[in-house]
Amino acid sequence: MTLSLKNASKTYPDGTRALLPSNIEIETGEIVSLLGPSGCGKTTLLRIIAGLETPDDGTEVWFDKDNVTQLPVEKRKVGMVFQSYALFPNMSVSTNIAYGLKMQKRPRAEIEQRVEEVLTLCRLNPLANRAITALSGGQRQRVALARAFAPRPRLLLLDEPLSALDAALRDSLRDELSDLLRRLGITAIFVTHDQNEAMAIADRVAVMSEGRIEQIGSPEDLYRNAGSPFVAAFVGNAMCLGKVVQGNTLRLTGGELSLPDDAGGRGVYVRAEDVCIAEDGPLIGKVESVTFLGTHYRVGLSGVTDSTLYSLHSGLSAPRHGDEVKLRIAPEALMLLAEDKTYL
Amino acid sequence: MRLPITKLLQLAVTLLACAFLLVPAIQSVLAGLTVNYFRGMSSGLTLKWLWKVWELYADSIFLSIWLALACLICTAIIGVPAAYALAKNPGWISRILEEFISLPLAVPGLAIALALLQLYGTLQGFRTSWSFILVGHVLYTLPFMVRSVLAVLAAIDLKSLEEGAATLGAGPFRRFCDIVVPNAMPGILAGALTVVTLSIGEFNLTWMLHTPYLKTLPVGLADSYASMRLEIASAYTLIFFIMIVPLLTAMQWASNRAQRISA
Amino acid sequence: MQEGWTLPLLPSFSDMINRNFLLICLLPLLIFSLVFLALPLMRLFLASVEGESGWAIYLEIIQKPRYLSALIQTVLVSLAVTAAALMISTTAGLFLARNRFTGRGVLLSILTLPLAFPGVVIGFLIILLGGRQGLVNQLTPGHVVFAYSTFGLFLGYLYFSIPRVLLTVMAATEKLDRELEEAARSLGASPWSVIRDVILPGLAPSLVAAGAIAFATAMGAFGTAFTLATNIDVLPMVIYTEFTLSANIAMASALSIVLGLVTWALLLIARSLSGTTVAAGG
Repeated sequence: MTLSLKNASKTYPDGTRALLPSNIEIETGEIVSLLGPSGCGKTTLLRIIAGLETPDDGTEVWFDKDNVTQLPVEKRKVGMVFQSYALFPNMSVSTNIAYGLKMQKRPRAEIEQRVEEVLTLCRLNPLANRAITALSGGQRQRVALARAFAPRPRLLLLDEPLSALDAALRDSLRDELSDLLRRLGITAIFVTHDQNEAMAIADRVAVMSEGRIEQIGSPEDLYRNAGSPFVAAFVGNAMCLGKVVQGNTLRLTGGELSLPDDAGGRGVYVRAEDVCIAEDGPLIGKVESVTFLGTHYRVGLSGVTDSTLYSLHSGLSAPRHGDEVKLRIAPEALMLLAEDKTYL
Repeated sequence: MRLPITKLLQLAVTLLACAFLLVPAIQSVLAGLTVNYFRGMSSGLTLKWLWKVWELYADSIFLSIWLALACLICTAIIGVPAAYALAKNPGWISRILEEFISLPLAVPGLAIALALLQLYGTLQGFRTSWSFILVGHVLYTLPFMVRSVLAVLAAIDLKSLEEGAATLGAGPFRRFCDIVVPNAMPGILAGALTVVTLSIGEFNLTWMLHTPYLKTLPVGLADSYASMRLEIASAYTLIFFIMIVPLLTAMQWASNRAQRISA
Repeated sequence: MQEGWTLPLLPSFSDMINRNFLLICLLPLLIFSLVFLALPLMRLFLASVEGESGWAIYLEIIQKPRYLSALIQTVLVSLAVTAAALMISTTAGLFLARNRFTGRGVLLSILTLPLAFPGVVIGFLIILLGGRQGLVNQLTPGHVVFAYSTFGLFLGYLYFSIPRVLLTVMAATEKLDRELEEAARSLGASPWSVIRDVILPGLAPSLVAAGAIAFATAMGAFGTAFTLATNIDVLPMVIYTEFTLSANIAMASALSIVLGLVTWALLLIARSLSGTTVAAGG
């Protein structure tokens, strides 16, 4: 199903603008992530699509060729996985999964067959008759997904589906969820504040900030061609080196850098993995902190810019605290980004 | 084990309080079972007073049970949906409404009864039927049902559960039946037991509202205290204890269970 | 924006369905409490000022000695009951909440059982204790009968106040942070100092609440006074006799309203302090 949102916005009665007018199109079978910090409006957007939130006038929600803006949530045929999972504690695993089909008044035999099918798909067969309270966090998450998916919804919506799990479990379930969503072959939108989660699961990521969609693109696209300082900082933690008013040389406390292009008032950004410690580097910095992260070291450097600059260093040994080191940044790794958001 | 003096004092007060509450109750039980209370236990034990009470007051016992059940049905029908509506709209209007229906808890039953009598006392058909007493009982017990259900609804994540059901295609009525009521069950159960227990023991309102032909158990008790011999009054009290003690125990068990959910 | 204004300016269709459903849920309660609570209470109020004296009837309550003395006596008995119930129940409640021993459950059951006893039954139990054929009269030489006096009434009210105060105190004690007590002990405080310096200040709001509950219940109790049926003029008995014997409906209504306002206000304070109220009645 193709989903298109036109001019979707939400203003709360107290005047708070949770979502500024936004447009988004999602193709059939696509998995899209809404990524952003808390309070950026991503959950509001998801809830407007679900029909759980009444949007401002002028908003249009289209499911294929149906305008569903005025349709109540129970008639929209969307499947939703809630942050808290919202599994019905008064029902078993299989009754939870069967509930949506029961609401569609399907014949009992068909319901049983479909529940069986979904249980198998989500590897839940041994748990079919368990009480919800007897499940672990990861199992609950799978039941929530199975319940949302069982009635063959037109669209699957997931609100922070992994945030209720502890860190270790989250990583393994992230890949499982990605795999499962693809096997289900359904259009899915999921909300997250974790860039790794968004990158790992989604075909396309919409980065949101302060009630607006900053940029939509594939994970690679967002990472390599961030359109704004916010996106660069949020996706891949880019650091600001400074701002050049004119020309293609950036003057820093710790040296000079030549830029690939005329900066023309734009800010210069770089990611930690592109900051290399090298004997012949043009920049000089002082090691403030060294954190060993297994595959690499994260080295904090002062004296290069006004704030701490980080470098991911993958050598077998790292410089020591207090050392003076030389740094090199490849010109193509520098991102020139304008502060204003006029590109929208 | 040696107890410090503070603890010994506390224990003494606790035991004295227990004795104060228990001794007259035991006296009453014994009086209801002895042949002649004035001659004491030596006159022998008997069940004849219980039988006598049954002959005299069986009607009032049945009326009380019937009233309690009717009261339970009314409070459930009125109270459970109302608690749900109040839980969904927790604004100041809801708080005022909750406070208002709780008036019969705070205002003495006598005042409520006087109010009812003055407005509806002249409606003969209503005044003389059991439903007049029922109204009083529902007024008095309804706040317990509403609050008990409200406490459980406030504790569970009602919003998410309902939204979950709504995304699966359930309309408001289905959500109420499939999600709200089953999950509020511990509160409904605790409320129901409270309603039945209080209705069976209610005297203040009932005394004012009853007619000579409609005596509930506690009204019968007052009647027996005033006009029957001590043994019969005691035997009747014993019957009341036998009915109310298990109910009260069940009520406390259910309330604790509902509170554990709310916590 | 106004506070409490949560309706969206233009509710959508589905919002309206939900709103209507909630209204239907609330409707039985609204109708019932309008017909059987709001209107009767209004009638009661009107009846109080429709008598010969009009509004002056509320002045009469404090001017006529009969009503004023009843009012004072009710307040005095209720105050005494409140003080006694607080002392006994706090002591017992603290003991039961902080100690685990065999028989604790039994003691707790005994102390909470009278919660569901109607006032009439409690009146009867007091007669068995201190009446003409009562236990005390049988056991002691001479003629010791107190059931029909103010002291009997006091004991009756105490009987049903003890469980109510006890439950409130115990619930509050359970919520008290045990580490505070342990901290005090570790600083060298004796058990008595712990109670005085840590537990009682922590319980203070609940004690005020429990006291208000005990006081309000005692003020409005009718059944006990009715069974003890003597010449003790407490307010509920005065209301009852004004209504049934003297047919002075205006005065009965006015006294009911005064009594109702007092108990309601007290319980409101109690609830705002403790968050719960244990069943009134008796």
